[in-house]
Amino acid sequence: MAEVSLVGLTKSYGTNRALADVSMTIPDGAFVVLLGPTGAGKTTTLRLIAGLDRPDAGDIRIAGAPVTADTPAQRDVAMVFQQYSLYPHLTVRENLAFPLRSPVLNWPEAEITRKVGEVAEVLRIAHKLDNKATQLSGGEMQRVSIGRALVRNPRIYLMDEPLSSLDAKLRADLRIELKRIHAELGATFLYVTHDQIEAMTMATHVGVLDAGRLVQFGTPREIYENPVSAYVASRLGQPRINLLPADAFGPAPAGAVQIGLRPEHVRIGEGQPATVRRVERLGDQTRLHLTMGPHEIVTLTDPHTALAAGAQISIRPDTPLWFDASGNRT
Amino acid sequence: MFDPLTAEEWRAVALSLRVSFWATAVSLPLGILVAYALARWRFWGREVLNGLVHLPLILPPVVTGYLLLVTFGRRGSVGAYLDQWFGIVFAFRWTGAALAAAIMAFPLMVRAIRLAIEAVDPRLEQAASTLGAGRVWVFATVTLPLILPGILAGAILAFAKAMGEFGATITFVSNIPGQTQTLPSAIYAALQVPGGETQALRLVLVSITVAMAALLVSEWVSRKVAKRISGA
Repeated sequence: MAEVSLVGLTKSYGTNRALADVSMTIPDGAFVVLLGPTGAGKTTTLRLIAGLDRPDAGDIRIAGAPVTADTPAQRDVAMVFQQYSLYPHLTVRENLAFPLRSPVLNWPEAEITRKVGEVAEVLRIAHKLDNKATQLSGGEMQRVSIGRALVRNPRIYLMDEPLSSLDAKLRADLRIELKRIHAELGATFLYVTHDQIEAMTMATHVGVLDAGRLVQFGTPREIYENPVSAYVASRLGQPRINLLPADAFGPAPAGAVQIGLRPEHVRIGEGQPATVRRVERLGDQTRLHLTMGPHEIVTLTDPHTALAAGAQISIRPDTPLWFDASGNRT
Repeated sequence: MFDPLTAEEWRAVALSLRVSFWATAVSLPLGILVAYALARWRFWGREVLNGLVHLPLILPPVVTGYLLLVTFGRRGSVGAYLDQWFGIVFAFRWTGAALAAAIMAFPLMVRAIRLAIEAVDPRLEQAASTLGAGRVWVFATVTLPLILPGILAGAILAFAKAMGEFGATITFVSNIPGQTQTLPSAIYAALQVPGGETQALRLVLVSITVAMAALLVSEWVSRKVAKRISGA
């Protein structure tokens, strides 16, 4: 386990700038989640740290020592790819044992068997150990690919949307399992996801990337409650933050062009008139789709609300977020 | 007792097998290296190397044989050096026949292996390297097992090509019975003698038998290997 720091990382693929001057410190034992849409540079960041690609400029340090010139193997990392990339000529057992069989490690056979059995148990693939990797379902393959990273204790785990191909139940189970591994081993994680629940529940820190730039880095709470821009504010929150013209509810602070309303920023029962267009009952929460003049707003209400489509209510903003012309907080 | 071939004809068959075996065995490691370099590495002169490897396929075999004679003959630039310092002589020896066969077969071998390497998903090798495996270990445990069918196909193709090589061989090492007279050379020689057709026919039958046997064995082996890899 180690601290990993990125200093001024820049990387282009052809004319496409994938990362621009990214600096970030992943503290020892942290669970850092990278957020951002496709093409923001999340996977590039992982590949640079893993050593699969070389940065055009900048430095990568693991435990204080520069590793930019090292091969992937020398960096002592473990990466889980979005596509499972299992070895088709090996059994599940051999796939899992692969990272332990490296001649430099020289693990005794009994140790390997024990460790592989342990990881297979955690990921619930013990009954498939003797199958060929090609005979598994997508979810099973992804579990093997996670397991292959977990058999070792590398200095950092790099995971690229590892749970995205799993069904909801397994995803929830493995989320807890990864969190437990993080807590018990004190392992350092850098984790890419699109999933808001994964980001909020697993992360100790969240980094938000926008077109190759790191625009904010902080705890999930900071990112959620105190986003630096409308872009960051849109990354987290279900339903998403409502962005309206600043004067939608009346006079706005100087410089503000947009008002950002998360569901908890919408106070129902006073203020401007609005019409309920749709009531979406999700079980644990109920969403209200509202129209207020030309604007549409989505908010949350009491799960057992009696409101129905067509109802007239009034709403007003409560401690909203304000953004200027370039989308930054005012 | 029925003996289909004379002692001299047996020698030609044995020599052909020996030449083809050594031509294949010695060039195989180099073939794998060159195929890997062409498939995976981007380096200056890659196209030139690719062209050089394929040259024997396109040149008339006589030209290749002549170039070998000029280079590896006793007075050739490389040949004289090898003779003087290492006592290695290719000209008019069976080793020369093996060298000619190896060079003629090399493009086919490299092609087959290169296609197999290009078919391996590079993400598998990347995954292995991010799981702590060094370059050599990745090649030995991931790439090599996956390209084994291609290597096998390349080796068998090269062996078959070596068995049939004629033009470059006869130009480089001539047609000395017992020394450099391979099966094709022996058939050619028999056809030059009036009334040699029956002898030629016997050798042709041997040639067909050897080729058929090689083909059957290769089919059988590649089926076994493919089955082991796909895990079906």
